[in-house]
Amino acid sequence: MRQLLFAWSRPVMTRPLTTIGVGFLILIVLFAALSPLIAPYAPDQIDPANRLLPPGGPHILGTDHFGRDTFSRIVYGARLALLIGVGVVVFALASGVPIGVLSALYPALGRVLMRMVDVLMSFPSLLLALGLIVILGQGVFNAILAIGLIYLTTTARIVYGVALRLKAEPYVEAARSAGAGTWWIVTRHILPNMISPLLVQASFIFAFAQLGAASLDFLGLGAPPDIPSWGNMLAESRIYITRASWLLLWPGLMIVLTAFSLNLVGDALRDRMDPRFREMIRR
Amino acid sequence: MLSVENLVVTVRHGPEIVRGVSFAIEPGEILGLVGESGSGKSMTSLALMGLLPPTLSVTGGSVTLDGADITHLQPHERVRQKNGKVAMIFQEPMTSLNPVLRIGEQIAEAIRVHDPGTPPEPRARELLDMVRIPDAAHQLDAYPHQLSGGMRQRVMIAIALACRPQVLIADEPTTALDVTVQLQVLGLIRDLCDRLHMGVLFITHDLGVVAQLSDRVAVMYAGKLVETADVGPLFRAPLHPYTQGLMDCLPDPTSDAVDMATIRGSAPRPGDIPDGCPFAPRCDRATATCRTGPVPWVQGPDGQTAACHFPLNTKVSA
Amino acid sequence: MGRYVIKRTGAAIATLIAASIVIFAFIHLIPGDPVYVILGDGATPEQVAALRERMGLDEPLVFQYLIWAGNALQGDLGQSIFFETPVTQVIAEGAETSILLATITMFWIVLFGIPIGIFAAIRQGTWVDQGLSGLAMLAASVPTFWVGLYLILIFAAGLGWFPSSGYPSIFEEGGLANLRYLILPSIALAAPNAALILRLTRASMLDVAREDYIRTARAKGIRPYRVVMRHILRNALLAVVSAFGFTFAALISEAVVTETVFALPGIGRTVVQSILRRDYPVIQGVILITVCLYLVINLLVDLSYRLLDPRVELE
Repeated sequence: MRQLLFAWSRPVMTRPLTTIGVGFLILIVLFAALSPLIAPYAPDQIDPANRLLPPGGPHILGTDHFGRDTFSRIVYGARLALLIGVGVVVFALASGVPIGVLSALYPALGRVLMRMVDVLMSFPSLLLALGLIVILGQGVFNAILAIGLIYLTTTARIVYGVALRLKAEPYVEAARSAGAGTWWIVTRHILPNMISPLLVQASFIFAFAQLGAASLDFLGLGAPPDIPSWGNMLAESRIYITRASWLLLWPGLMIVLTAFSLNLVGDALRDRMDPRFREMIRR
Repeated sequence: MLSVENLVVTVRHGPEIVRGVSFAIEPGEILGLVGESGSGKSMTSLALMGLLPPTLSVTGGSVTLDGADITHLQPHERVRQKNGKVAMIFQEPMTSLNPVLRIGEQIAEAIRVHDPGTPPEPRARELLDMVRIPDAAHQLDAYPHQLSGGMRQRVMIAIALACRPQVLIADEPTTALDVTVQLQVLGLIRDLCDRLHMGVLFITHDLGVVAQLSDRVAVMYAGKLVETADVGPLFRAPLHPYTQGLMDCLPDPTSDAVDMATIRGSAPRPGDIPDGCPFAPRCDRATATCRTGPVPWVQGPDGQTAACHFPLNTKVSA
Repeated sequence: MGRYVIKRTGAAIATLIAASIVIFAFIHLIPGDPVYVILGDGATPEQVAALRERMGLDEPLVFQYLIWAGNALQGDLGQSIFFETPVTQVIAEGAETSILLATITMFWIVLFGIPIGIFAAIRQGTWVDQGLSGLAMLAASVPTFWVGLYLILIFAAGLGWFPSSGYPSIFEEGGLANLRYLILPSIALAAPNAALILRLTRASMLDVAREDYIRTARAKGIRPYRVVMRHILRNALLAVVSAFGFTFAALISEAVVTETVFALPGIGRTVVQSILRRDYPVIQGVILITVCLYLVINLLVDLSYRLLDPRVELE
């Protein structure tokens, strides 16, 4: 109880878990970059004689219903995971930041834009993505757009809030009165101060993009079946889970650990930014 | 009567913040505790209240109230003390009240803790009257955000008075208020001190306020007291160079000088305090003696005391 | 208070109208002639002509929207291509399942998320807190369908404690006992959301604990337990309650997948199947209803927040 009542005096905890998380992410990047070297088999190599083998032997994580090596598909699946993550983050930031900044700079325009963002945010996220998929069709690129649209809205909102606050800062007013142009203020004052919160956002977006993409894949509306993806692997293995439960474990675990690691990183970044890094001793 | 003897407050596994402070407060007197930020005055007040966070603790000395040792007791542990209570008001009235509870309820809470038999509502009204809040009955139903800063500070005082304290600690209560409101609150504190025969420890960095309000003054620097005196003698003839320095820093409205006086250098941080007199690095009168060994307490006329090898008034005795 | 209600409701209605325009445009954004999009390729010329007439497809878009919106307000959301029954009927058939699922899930979320979050905050900094916070973050990172599949594997297929799919109505044979079909799905759906609420509760408690008025409360001599429960918790819950709207939206979204995993006859599964079958009227109708529901819930949450926090002023 005392700990809570004196929360303001606690120094921020160190986190060994975050280091493990970063290590895992590096592993994923290695998987993606060096897939042909790491994976023992080709991800689409069919081997009907060896269907549904449990882990062990040459197939360290077993095989699926086509006899494809699970481990190899996991390794190649990292590529799509990274692609989706990067794609969604880039799209969300590239569209959300301008919308947010412009809305803050030009209040009249801002009211309209933020209203539109509000409308988009009134759609439950997955339904919005599904709606877009229906219009655009299936596919990796469309999945990136669909999921990206969700995070465009959250990014725009956050950027709008931060930009408004920054606009009211004394040093911005000082720059204004010194004759600085709008563009100058944006690039010199507003954008640099947004890097930290945007980094935090990016981590979380990357994490939730994994879950969103996995859901789309699972419904059969994301990546086409010929591309190895962890979500697809789960979708395909669904009917075999009682017979071959290892097929359920590894792809899911990869999704979870990737999202978890990214969440840990995001949390650590956010704590770093916290002004609570003040001295323990007040006055 | 509050008696503080050699109080030492330390950061756990760290330096001392308060390094042996002693003073006493009699009923009906206001002691002004002056010092710059980081001198340890706020930590002293929190230690007196028992509100130190777990990272700090009292590692030496004692706090005695009417003979009872309350040094290591937290506020909720002191409720049953018969020998009187210590209450405190803080610097930021705007954020010191719970925003979702009505004023009356927050005062009643204090009444229920300390005065269990008393019906809370009439007593709360009485307290609001005591702190000169008009229309007390209505204000009981108000929420904090509906009141101005000055009013909120009065409510804080009312809450503090609910426990019928022997001593009231006021930690810079007017710093965040407008000057006109400041005067009203200060006047109220003086008045209550006289009427209720309370002792007041008034903490501030503002010498002007000290001059107006206090009966006695204690000057604090780097975790220690460097001078204590009655308010008149202190301002007429301070003994300690630091005290003189503080007074020199006050701008003189009658002079034409453009530059403001300062005390050169800056206060040492806890854990970084030099041997000998802590003020020596910034003192124009310092000699080798000042930088080594303990500093003697010297007595001046009129009960003034200071910790200095070379006090400003040569008519002193050690 | 009254003015605030009116203003806020007005804003919600405005957003709903704007969203409905988007939903209306949905049909027209799909590649192809809207008539065949709606009727499918096997439409007869009479059906085509009738639909053209009914929807006013030869009229300007604005009129088409007004016709559609007008119909919607009267409860007519069109006809399902696949079922050949009104869309409203299709939705109504799935409503019971989805509503019950959402309710039970919300129950788990509040029951576990908030108390454990409070507990973690009280024990802040200790191993217990670090462990719980870590677990919560982990739980927030799992896909609900994966949890669902594992729950089926362990508790249905493995231990046989719960059924693995389907949901007979509680109004049919079995009565309230049929709710057990919803236990596993609701747990899967609750897991990540309860974790988020846990983290939010904890963070909110810690934020409030740092406030000056908590120091005042302690100075009054109130016992620590009471300070936590009466002062900290009351203020901390404000932030949690205002997150309920968002939680609800997340539930709706993820229910789509969960109902698919557990083959529950709810609105979520209907949406997925309709997408695969290209049954656009149903998709449109479901999205409209869910957006409407979401806005209503948000409105209620906002208004109740105003009741709880006296500081909130008109925007």
